Amino acid sequence: MTEEIIIAGFGGQGVLSMGKILAYSGIMQNQEVSWFPSYGPEMRGGTANVTVILSDERISSPILHLYDTAILLNQQSLDKFEQSVKPGGVLLYDNNGITRHPERKDIQVFLVQAADASAKMESTKTFNMVVLGAYLKIKPIVELASVYKGLEKSIPKRYSHLLEPNKKAIEEGQKIVKKV
Amino acid sequence: MKELRLMKGNEAVAEGAIRAGTDGYFGYPITPQSEVMEYLMAEQPEKRTGMVVLQAESEVASINMVYGAASTGKRVMTSSSSPGISLMQEGISYCAGAELPCLVVNVVRGGPGLGTIQPSQADYFQSVKGGGHGDYRLIVLAPASVQEMFDFVFLGYDLAFKYRNPILILSDGLIGQMMEKVELCEQRPRNTVFDPSWTLTGKTPDRERNIITSLDLDASQQEKHNQHLQEKYRKAEAEEVRYEELQTEDADYLFVAYGSSARICQKAIQLGREKGIKIGLLRPITLWPFPKKPLAAIAPRLKGILSVEQSAGQMIEDVKLSVGCGIRVEHYGRMGGMIPSPEEVLENFEKLFIKK
Repeated sequence: MTEEIIIAGFGGQGVLSMGKILAYSGIMQNQEVSWFPSYGPEMRGGTANVTVILSDERISSPILHLYDTAILLNQQSLDKFEQSVKPGGVLLYDNNGITRHPERKDIQVFLVQAADASAKMESTKTFNMVVLGAYLKIKPIVELASVYKGLEKSIPKRYSHLLEPNKKAIEEGQKIVKKV
Repeated sequence: MKELRLMKGNEAVAEGAIRAGTDGYFGYPITPQSEVMEYLMAEQPEKRTGMVVLQAESEVASINMVYGAASTGKRVMTSSSSPGISLMQEGISYCAGAELPCLVVNVVRGGPGLGTIQPSQADYFQSVKGGGHGDYRLIVLAPASVQEMFDFVFLGYDLAFKYRNPILILSDGLIGQMMEKVELCEQRPRNTVFDPSWTLTGKTPDRERNIITSLDLDASQQEKHNQHLQEKYRKAEAEEVRYEELQTEDADYLFVAYGSSARICQKAIQLGREKGIKIGLLRPITLWPFPKKPLAAIAPRLKGILSVEQSAGQMIEDVKLSVGCGIRVEHYGRMGGMIPSPEEVLENFEKLFIKK
């Protein structure tokens, strides 16, 4: 099994940390992982993206041109990466602020209204975990138990009270994701 | 149980520095390697091992602090990225001249000048052909994974003290910024025994004083010193060549690539083999000494060689020198911080070698 993912959105949406938690979860299951972020000026206020690969085998290139899954969280990212999904692959997006929706017919498109859901739960900062939950519903490549362990590892101890809201957000994402 | 961590390449260098028993790290921040010192400052290794971490006022100061501390036989290092490494070249030449063991890490970014902060491999010439003045060589290690970023700190110190020579770890922004699984080894104790034949540890009545200098105004003495250095470099060429071969047994074509480009090439090779094109990879791990002989040994079996670098084509010169004129050698690369995708490498390989 190899899963090649791009997660892209605005800086501040938690794109990089979502990728990191996914990578941690892979390690908890003895998988090989790689995580490569866009870094530099484009991160400040602009778009941010991260390529995450989980595999049972040694990972070759951490840089890719085509992905099994694209998780796209703003219009710029959708415009930039829709064409980078492999035929038959998965595109997951949030329609908040989206005016031009995904158009490809040769891929599976899923919608998660994570911005709305996290606002309703009064914890907008768990937005990225709602998205992660949705993704893991579509592709259960790692067990939720591993994800929770990954969360514990990547959330600093002084924020351990945030563990529960994050778990809830993951569960919410699993419920509300739907195929388009 | 072995200790596994998810780390950035830069963090792995920093943790490697602590665990390899470094006595002193002197550096100055620059993207994309700032996490090295950030990690060290946060980790407070003075409490773990007594290691000193110091932010100098500049790169020039950093390398000269390395020079001073290395004179005492301690394990010392610095790290920077391309423009900062250029500033250090005088000091590196002095370290080589004075035969000081030390470790320099370059997390390369696009150039020339201030360039960009994205990954590049355009510092190859500077690393393997000199950089500073005079007839000197650095042993240059090129990590291709976060694990090797950690491991090569240990290897670097071993080689630095074996040859009393500066060692360069030549990484790039991609390996520095990416996270992978790293297996950490046990803490290695700091040096407690210092070679009395050259280290400055305070003169005692039972020995002559030691002098660390790269200056000798007597030309005949300076030539002798140079001959001694050259003997050392010949020994390194004989003993320290390191490389990795992948899928070369049945290969018709060969990619030669190091560091992040080698990773990208592995995927390109997989894509090529799915199409029935048999490509292999030779990954130099030491860029100096360059794996000339292994390359020359494979070359007669091949139809062509593609040197893949994130530069305008620098390593290709060493590839050509290794294999001679009997085989076609081409270059493919991107510049200024652009990273080629595996598909792009394969497409350009096919344009050069397959399609008429």
